[in-house]
Amino acid sequence: MILLPLFVIVPLGMAFLTPIFSRIWKGFPDLFGNFTTAFLMGFSLWVLQFSGKTIVYNVGGWKPVAGIPIGITMVMDGLTVLMLLIINVVGFLATLYSVNYMTHYTDKGKYYTLFLLLMAGLNGVVLSGDIFNFFVFLEITAIASYALVAFGVEAEELEASFKYQVLGGSASALILLGIAIFYHLTGTLNMADASGVLSGIGPDPAVIFVGILFLVGFSLKAAVMPFHAWLPDAHPSAPAPISAMLSGVVIKVLGVYALVRIFFNVFGSALMPGLLVTFLVLGTLSMVAGAFLALGQKDFKRLLAYSSISQIGYVLFAFGLGTPLGFLAGLFHLLNHAAFKSLLFLNSGAVVYATDNRDMERMGGLSQRMPVTGATSLIASLSISGIPPLGGFWSKLLIVLAAVECKHYILAGVAVLTSIVTLAYYLKVQKLAFFGTLKQVYKGIKEVPVLMCASMVILAVITLGLGVLLIPDIRSVVLDPATKVIAGGVEYAKMVLGG
Amino acid sequence: MIVFILAILLFLVGLYGVLIKRNLIKIVIALMIMEYAVNLFFALVGYRHGGTAPIVSKGLTGKILFVDPLPQALVLTAIVIGLGTTALLVSFAVRIHEKYDTFDVRKIRKLRG
Repeated sequence: MILLPLFVIVPLGMAFLTPIFSRIWKGFPDLFGNFTTAFLMGFSLWVLQFSGKTIVYNVGGWKPVAGIPIGITMVMDGLTVLMLLIINVVGFLATLYSVNYMTHYTDKGKYYTLFLLLMAGLNGVVLSGDIFNFFVFLEITAIASYALVAFGVEAEELEASFKYQVLGGSASALILLGIAIFYHLTGTLNMADASGVLSGIGPDPAVIFVGILFLVGFSLKAAVMPFHAWLPDAHPSAPAPISAMLSGVVIKVLGVYALVRIFFNVFGSALMPGLLVTFLVLGTLSMVAGAFLALGQKDFKRLLAYSSISQIGYVLFAFGLGTPLGFLAGLFHLLNHAAFKSLLFLNSGAVVYATDNRDMERMGGLSQRMPVTGATSLIASLSISGIPPLGGFWSKLLIVLAAVECKHYILAGVAVLTSIVTLAYYLKVQKLAFFGTLKQVYKGIKEVPVLMCASMVILAVITLGLGVLLIPDIRSVVLDPATKVIAGGVEYAKMVLGG
Repeated sequence: MIVFILAILLFLVGLYGVLIKRNLIKIVIALMIMEYAVNLFFALVGYRHGGTAPIVSKGLTGKILFVDPLPQALVLTAIVIGLGTTALLVSFAVRIHEKYDTFDVRKIRKLRG
C-alpha cells in the first residue's frame, strides 16, 4: 500500500518544520503538533480494516528479485496494526494534554519537535521489515526519549537521563553487535528472508549467541527486572505526557514488540523451549519484584514507574507461556496497560500541575478540589488492580487462565497474588492522594485546564471500554490477527515474501 | 578469526569502562569504545580476503572478488547515530557538571529508591 510510509514521513516532516515555524508564530507547535498526531491517530484507525492481511511496501520501488528481497521493506500485519493503534492513540492524547501542561516549560517548539521524532521512530520500528532499519528507528526513538526525559534540565532530570543514556547506549551496542553476527550468519537483513535461512541453520551456538545479545539488549529497553535500573529514575523525571508515552508505549514497542517479533517470527523454533522458559522467569521476576518495590514508594510517579515494571512482567510472562491463549492475553494486557498507565501518569501530571508536589504523604483529599483527576485515576487504579468488569480484570484473568491451561499452577497463583499486591499499592495511592481530608495548603487549588481534563476523560473512557475487545466480532478485528501473527511463528516469512 | 576476537576484546574493554569507571567523561569514552568496536566488527564481517572495492568500472572483467558493501553502508549509518548519541551524552555531562560541580558518579546521587 502506497500510503504506508506516511506513518513515518508525516511526523518526521513536521518535526523538521516545527522549529522553523515556531519562530514565526508561537501557536504553531501546539496547533500543528496536535494536528499531526490527530492525523496519525485517524490513519491508525483507518488501517484497522487491513488488520487481517499482510501488506508489504518496497521503499523506492526495489521489488524482490527471484523471491529474494533486495531493498528496504515496510511490513504491516496484524501485530503492527495493533501497535500502531496503541502508539498513535496514546500519542494524540499526550499532545492534547501537552498544550496546557507544557506551558510550565520554556520552549514548546523544541518539545514538539522531539515528540514528533519520537512518534516517527516508534511508527518506524513497528513498520520495519528489515532488522537494520529497525535498529535505526529504535535509535531515533531512543535519542528523542533521552532528550525528552531531561526536558526540564534540572539536576535530577539530567542525572536520570544520563543513566538512561548509558544503559540505553549499551543496549544499542549489544543489539548492533547482534545484528552484525546475524548478518554474518544469514547473509541478509530482511527479517522474513532471514527467518527462512535461520530455520535451515537450527540451534547453532552462534544463533544462540545472537539470541542472547538480542534478549539482553531488548530486555534493557523493556526494563525487565534484572535490567530495570534506569526506568524508576527516567520515567518519573520526564514531563507527565512524556512519562505517559514512555511507560505506555516506548517500553512496549522497543522492548516487548521487538522481543516478540524477532524471537517468535524470525528465530522461530531455533531457540524455542529455552526462550519460553527465559521469558517466564524474567516475567515472573519483574512481575513480583516490581510490585513489591512499588509498595514501598512515596513518590507518586516513582510508584507508577515500578508498577510499569511489574505490568511489563505480566505481559512477558503471558508471552512466555507460548500458547495462542497466552499470546492473546499478553497482547490484551499490553493494550490495557497502555491505556491505564498513560492515564495514571497524566493524573500524576495533573496533581503536579495543581499542587507542585509528588510526595503522596503530603497530599490528601485532592478529589474534593480536582473531581475529574480523582475520578479518572480511580477508574485507572481499579482497572490496573484487576477489578471486574474493567479491562484490566479480563486481561489478568486471561493470563491466569492461560497459565493454568499450561499447567503452571504455581505461576498462576503468583500472578493472582501479585495482582492483590497491585491492588494494595493503588489503594494506597487513592487513600493518600485523593481521599481523606484536604490539607490546609491545598485549599486553594483548582481542577486542571479543560484540554488536560479532556485527554484524561478520553483515556478513562477507553480504559472503561477496553473489555469490549473480547466480544468476538471486535476481537476478530483487533486482537485475533495480532495473535495469529505471533502464534504463526515463522509463517511470517511466507506471508511477507508471498504477498 | 583473530581480528574478530580482537574486536570483541575491544568491545569488552568498553563494557569494562562503562561498568567500572566513575568519571562521567570516562563513561562516555567507554561507551564510544563499545560503539566503535561494534562498528569495526561489522565492517570486518563484510571483508573478503583479497577482495577489491565494490565499484563497477570499465577495466573489470571476469570473476572478481568484491568485499561486501552492505556492512560498510550500515556502519556508516551506525557511525552517524553514534555521533548523535555521543554529542547528547557529552552535552549532558557538561550540564550535570554545571549542576553538581563534579564528574564523579558517586557524588551525583539526588535520585533514590
